[in-house]
Amino acid sequence: MKQRIHRLQLPCEKQDLMDLSVGDSVYLSGVLFTARDAAHQLLLQTPKYEIIFDPDSKGLYLCGPLMKHIGEKWVVISAGPTTSSRMNLFESDFLQKFSQIRLVIGKGDIGDSTKKILKDRGVYLVYTGGTGALAADQISKVLDVFYLEELGMAEAIWVFEVSSFGPLIVASDIKGNSIFTTNGVNTL
Amino acid sequence: MDEEHVVSSLVDLIFKAETTLPEDVIQALQQAIDNEKGIARIQLENMVKNARVAQKTGRPICQDTGVQTFFVTLGEDFPYCTRIKPLLIEAVKIATESIPLRPNTFDIFTKEKYTDNIGDHIPAITWDFTRGKTATITAVPKGGGSENMSKLVMLSPGLGLKGIKDFVIREMIKAGGNPCPPTVVGVGVGGGADVAMNLAKLALLRPVGNRHSNQAIAQMEQDLIKRINETGIGPMGLGGITTVLDVHIEHAPRHPASLPVGLVVQCWADRRATMSIDQHGHCVIQ
Repeated sequence: MKQRIHRLQLPCEKQDLMDLSVGDSVYLSGVLFTARDAAHQLLLQTPKYEIIFDPDSKGLYLCGPLMKHIGEKWVVISAGPTTSSRMNLFESDFLQKFSQIRLVIGKGDIGDSTKKILKDRGVYLVYTGGTGALAADQISKVLDVFYLEELGMAEAIWVFEVSSFGPLIVASDIKGNSIFTTNGVNTL
Repeated sequence: MDEEHVVSSLVDLIFKAETTLPEDVIQALQQAIDNEKGIARIQLENMVKNARVAQKTGRPICQDTGVQTFFVTLGEDFPYCTRIKPLLIEAVKIATESIPLRPNTFDIFTKEKYTDNIGDHIPAITWDFTRGKTATITAVPKGGGSENMSKLVMLSPGLGLKGIKDFVIREMIKAGGNPCPPTVVGVGVGGGADVAMNLAKLALLRPVGNRHSNQAIAQMEQDLIKRINETGIGPMGLGGITTVLDVHIEHAPRHPASLPVGLVVQCWADRRATMSIDQHGHCVIQ
């Protein structure tokens, strides 16, 4: 299998993702928001009109970063992906509610219901787990934070601008192919 | 004993554990890079590159700075035994601010979010005793993603050694890419439920590449390494021949009716650092 390398800019449309095949590498630039278990739950419980930011135009990064408040600013210290499968409880409902999200970034396999909803719509990309220091270097700006008081640092929604974020590996492509098959074993 | 010196040394110990991957782990990852190609190799290269960035910048290797976990061995003539726990707690509070560490302690009942990584029974401290005048403390920050793969099984003793191996392999296949492979797997065999789990975690303290002194146990470790790597799960579950860096087994005799097997998984970021304190309170980080 020939592994290709892509550069992708967010926001993106469906046609920008057609060329991304399972196993390809991607370097991503644009705006991501972080969410993990508690943020998924909170955004699902909150009526859309009460949500004070726009998840739809951004990439969803499953991540609970380590941040530091220096002076007036938040600085990213370490920010690798979290285990995606923990979000299986919420992800398909979440992606149904925020129907314009086309990019999910995490680590490890995702649930079948998430794969199904991403088919013909978006892609699932994986970042090397545990490489938080490296990821922090590729986050160029902390644009905002939401629900920090309610959820705490790890669970809050952080909005990051990333630049050449990667290498990400295409784990589910828009055609519905997945790098993870039986028991999470790659059979490519 | 100058307690400020001890606390600041303990903060340095936590800092080292969080930012510097042990040399045995780096070497094992480097070796794995040579054995892999394609996506697997990219994952391993990212891990080593990340370790370099973390060490150079003094930023934690992983954003999950873990549950602060310490293994303490006290010499029976070490004069400050009762001071170690409060000083560890103090050091964790300071380290949370200064390194920093991610506030990782939540109370599911009160919904309280602790900001200092302290709480009932946390930091987790395991105590042991030995001869001599020295205290030895090993910091093992334990990430949630790999810890979630922990398992305990009470096997029927009739299943024997094959039952132990089948359980470990089955669980590692189920874990797939979730615990950030290539992992280090700790297995505790025997004792009771608690003993088996404790031994499994204790097994993680052994350096990668280090075999058990008991020949039969060492053999099972090698068999398990081979068989888990043959699953093809690979680095981050994306395929490859490196799913574990090592498997360590610790053993206690079992009750005639019981065969407990505990399993604790450590991610590739197998973070450990050790410090000793002598009878004068002088601290040396190894």
